[in-house]
Amino acid sequence: MSTAVVHSLWTTAADPISKIGAPKIEYAQLAPTLIVVGAAVVGILVEAFVPRRSRYYAQLFLSVVALVAAFAAVVALAADGYGTTKAHIAAMGAIAVDGPALFLQGTILLSALVGLFTFAERRLDPEAHGSRVDSFAAQAASVPGSDSEKAAVKAGFTTTEVFPLLLFAVAGMLVFPAANDLLTLFIALEVFSLPLYLLCALARRKRLLSQEAAVKYFLLGSFASAFTLFGIALLYGYAGSVSYATIAQVVDGTVTNVSPALADTMGNDVLLLIGAAMIVMGLLFKVGAVPFHMWTPDVYQGAPTPVTGFMAAATKVAAFGALLRILYVVLPGLRWDWRPVMWGVAVVTMLGGAIVAITQTDIKRLLAYSSIAHAGFILAGVIATTPDGVSSVLFYLAAYSFVTIGAFAVVTLVRDAGGEATHLSKWAGLGRRSPLVAAVFAVFLLAFAGIPLTSGFAGKFAVFKAAAEGGAAPLVVVGVISSAIAAFFYIRVIVLMFFSEPRPEGPTVAVPSPLTMTTIGVGVAVTLVLGVAPQYFLDLASQAGVFVR
Amino acid sequence: MSFPLLTATAALPAIGAIATAAVPAARRNAAKALALFFSLATLVLAIVILVRFDPDGDRYQLTESRSWIAEFGVRYELGVDGIAVALIALTALLIPFIILAGWHDADPLETGNKRWRPTQGFFALILAVEAMVIISFEATDVFLFYIFFEAMLIPMYFLIGGFGDRAHEHGEETAATQRSYAAVKFLLYNLAGGLIMLAAVIGLYVVAGNFSLTEIAEARANGSLDMATNTERWLFLGFFFAFAVKAPLWPLHTWLPNAMGESTTPVAVLITAVVDKVGTFAMLRFCLQLFPEASKWATPAILVLAVISIIYGALLAVGQRDIKRLVAYASISHFGFIIMGIFAMTSQGQSGATLYMVNHGISTAALMLVAGFLISRRGSRLIADYGGVQKVAPVLAGTFLIGGLATLSLPGLAPFVSEFLVLAGTFSRYPVIGIIATFGIVLAALYTLVLYQRTMTGPVKPEVAAMPDLRARELLVVAPLIVVLIFLGVYPKPVTDIVDPAVKQTLSDVHKKDPQPEVEAAK
Repeated sequence: MSTAVVHSLWTTAADPISKIGAPKIEYAQLAPTLIVVGAAVVGILVEAFVPRRSRYYAQLFLSVVALVAAFAAVVALAADGYGTTKAHIAAMGAIAVDGPALFLQGTILLSALVGLFTFAERRLDPEAHGSRVDSFAAQAASVPGSDSEKAAVKAGFTTTEVFPLLLFAVAGMLVFPAANDLLTLFIALEVFSLPLYLLCALARRKRLLSQEAAVKYFLLGSFASAFTLFGIALLYGYAGSVSYATIAQVVDGTVTNVSPALADTMGNDVLLLIGAAMIVMGLLFKVGAVPFHMWTPDVYQGAPTPVTGFMAAATKVAAFGALLRILYVVLPGLRWDWRPVMWGVAVVTMLGGAIVAITQTDIKRLLAYSSIAHAGFILAGVIATTPDGVSSVLFYLAAYSFVTIGAFAVVTLVRDAGGEATHLSKWAGLGRRSPLVAAVFAVFLLAFAGIPLTSGFAGKFAVFKAAAEGGAAPLVVVGVISSAIAAFFYIRVIVLMFFSEPRPEGPTVAVPSPLTMTTIGVGVAVTLVLGVAPQYFLDLASQAGVFVR
Repeated sequence: MSFPLLTATAALPAIGAIATAAVPAARRNAAKALALFFSLATLVLAIVILVRFDPDGDRYQLTESRSWIAEFGVRYELGVDGIAVALIALTALLIPFIILAGWHDADPLETGNKRWRPTQGFFALILAVEAMVIISFEATDVFLFYIFFEAMLIPMYFLIGGFGDRAHEHGEETAATQRSYAAVKFLLYNLAGGLIMLAAVIGLYVVAGNFSLTEIAEARANGSLDMATNTERWLFLGFFFAFAVKAPLWPLHTWLPNAMGESTTPVAVLITAVVDKVGTFAMLRFCLQLFPEASKWATPAILVLAVISIIYGALLAVGQRDIKRLVAYASISHFGFIIMGIFAMTSQGQSGATLYMVNHGISTAALMLVAGFLISRRGSRLIADYGGVQKVAPVLAGTFLIGGLATLSLPGLAPFVSEFLVLAGTFSRYPVIGIIATFGIVLAALYTLVLYQRTMTGPVKPEVAAMPDLRARELLVVAPLIVVLIFLGVYPKPVTDIVDPAVKQTLSDVHKKDPQPEVEAAK
């Protein structure tokens, strides 16, 4: 037995080092994400090196520039045809640059931009010891009610870290719907979730409630992440790859080269079904679909309202984007298995959200349950499994995110001595005291309710039409019934605002700075434009409705 | 391209609504005048439509067509047939009177609040409703119609919930509660109806591939678009449900007495004389044309419901203690007649139904507005609170009587003609239904005359002794309406000439011919 033969028993010859090439990264095509990540990193440096009194302005400037630049990059890529003809998979198979990804990235960036303005609002809370403060805790680390908290408030501290945190979350969200392998998906999930958990804990007022919300969100979110990760492992075992395309091929049975290490498990349908179910569960948690919705009301209520608005809009956009890609790119071969399940989820989500919302007495919890019902409507479009289904979901997400951010921005304005007056009874007669604010909020509520001439109707019509054409007519009927139920509680709020007598000790409406005004103004404008003349945006969504694989 | 007359007619009140809403709080009277001006300008345009419309010309005239939402297959398509022209004219005619009648109804109680501008809001909302009603009469695209059919609910809802009678027998707080209850009930009923229709609209698109009424109706007629029997029936029911809520048809009527009872009289008139007409109009235009077979299938059931409406509405009207609720139940009875006329599937019945819509609008407006003047004087809606009014306010009592007589279809006043046509048209095909419906007329005489007797005759109640008679503004509202009622009662030909060809065509869509001998006899 020669030495060489003995050697080969427990070792194998490695390929020469020279054969490993540097990974090919298309930096230009990843520019939107890179810009945001870069700005977030710079933001941390700003925290470390810029004097406290100029940090706010530096951070605000940096964030606005980053988001605008990233949006410009998305537009440039789309204009260059990356959304349609030049759609392809970049970064060694990790990131898809295609229509849905660019459309959703654009939506996320714009909603982050208008959301950012509410983060930066400093005129709503009364001045603390002579310095203007925003909705965030003076010093996150100080224990609520402690002396150190009082000292921090007295010193006029503000948590300017929220800006880089927001940017990190946005970066994760940008990658999430574009991720083209399961590991990238998971990294993106964590990158956007962790800053959100933190942001939820940072409310200036009602800090305990805020911290409780953050802990709940973190614990439940971790469970969901763990499920997702386990699902990814199982799918890897099934397909021998984390790449979407390869898994899809294995599901279709068109793959030939079986990796020897995985020969035992590869193609095992049990792994596939359990793995896919777990990944989808993780994503349904993020979109807040029943029965994975339990966190939504508590977190929406406890989190600082600007964070709630941003989270409600952008998380939903990102998570639905990822869900669409998983279901349409990875698991189309499995659609006869997932469609019935998703039918069930959509039905209970629509009905559950709408019915439970009726009993709510807090405006933020009410909007939370309403967001659950809306997740159900969007799922109806997801189930269509047609190109129309994709574009209707894209359109719905864009329309919904602006209504949501606008609505939560209005919530930040209605205040009493304890901060925001979120209990519904306090909103009585708001239409008498501040007709304009009440009217704007009524527009948002009507859009949520899907009344024609608002974006909510165009979106609802689009998803229901796609669902009906995709053969899900019963789902449309359930959707219509839950819309009728949901209309009840939106209208109840309008009744309260306009037809009830104002209470003597009722809240006042704070006059915001141009920042929040911009947010609300953009919200109203988008709501009405998408309601009256949705043509251009529907075209855009339908051009963007094709996934690359 | 020619002047878009139909768009202009709908857009003018919409612009008026925005302009009125923008008037500053202190300039209340300017807002009122502005609203009146826009409603009169709209009336002028409606008259132009009436003149330019050629009854013997194409089915849809003054058509406009633009692309709108290609993604959904939706076009901005307008066009009017005789039925639509008559109803647009009715709407444009009534709105100035409604505005004039409600001149002081929305004056703010507190003048301190600079931001609160109820007057501007009131008149702007009325104009907004007018714009949406007119465009729903004009739309020949199902989606376009649906948008405004639904959107109309929002301004109506604010009109019902936001403005009530100044005086209320149970005090302001109860009034506000009842008002918002009525508004919510109105909205939920109609929204539920509309959402069911939405499912049917989507279903129609899946089946037909577009929303154009003319294209679909043509394809249905020449057989190129075949619907499965069950599909057609479900879609028909989806559409009909929404229209039956709006119209309203028993048993979907319960929102109407609340809404009419709690809102101010001009708004009550707006609901029953204008907005509800969209429901009956849409049955004629959409249900019959899009789903002819299903319409025939459903006819017996709908006729039975219509007759129940007629008798039930009339019986409940007899028992009412509240003047406005009485008129509301009477309207339910009248809507029963209209729906019966439509689904009798004879040209007499359908011409009668269309004429009925116009006449009912005018006669109810006359009766209800005078009742409103009465109520505002005494501060009570209860019949028992009145008595002997004709001795102190003879003109008021006289106009009230004419309005009442029109409601009970006295020969010589306009509603008689239409009620006769509806009954004759029904009788020629469904004699039993026709006979039962005739009892509705008897009951109508009962509730109207008893109402008159209890409020206007007898000893003068001390509370009404000082009641002033109609003022010039009020007379200006009532007198023209009465003139129109008498004119159309004696000479209905102008309206029937416009309506008849359109009805004939609608009837041919459902492949129904008039029963031969009866039509000959009527001619």
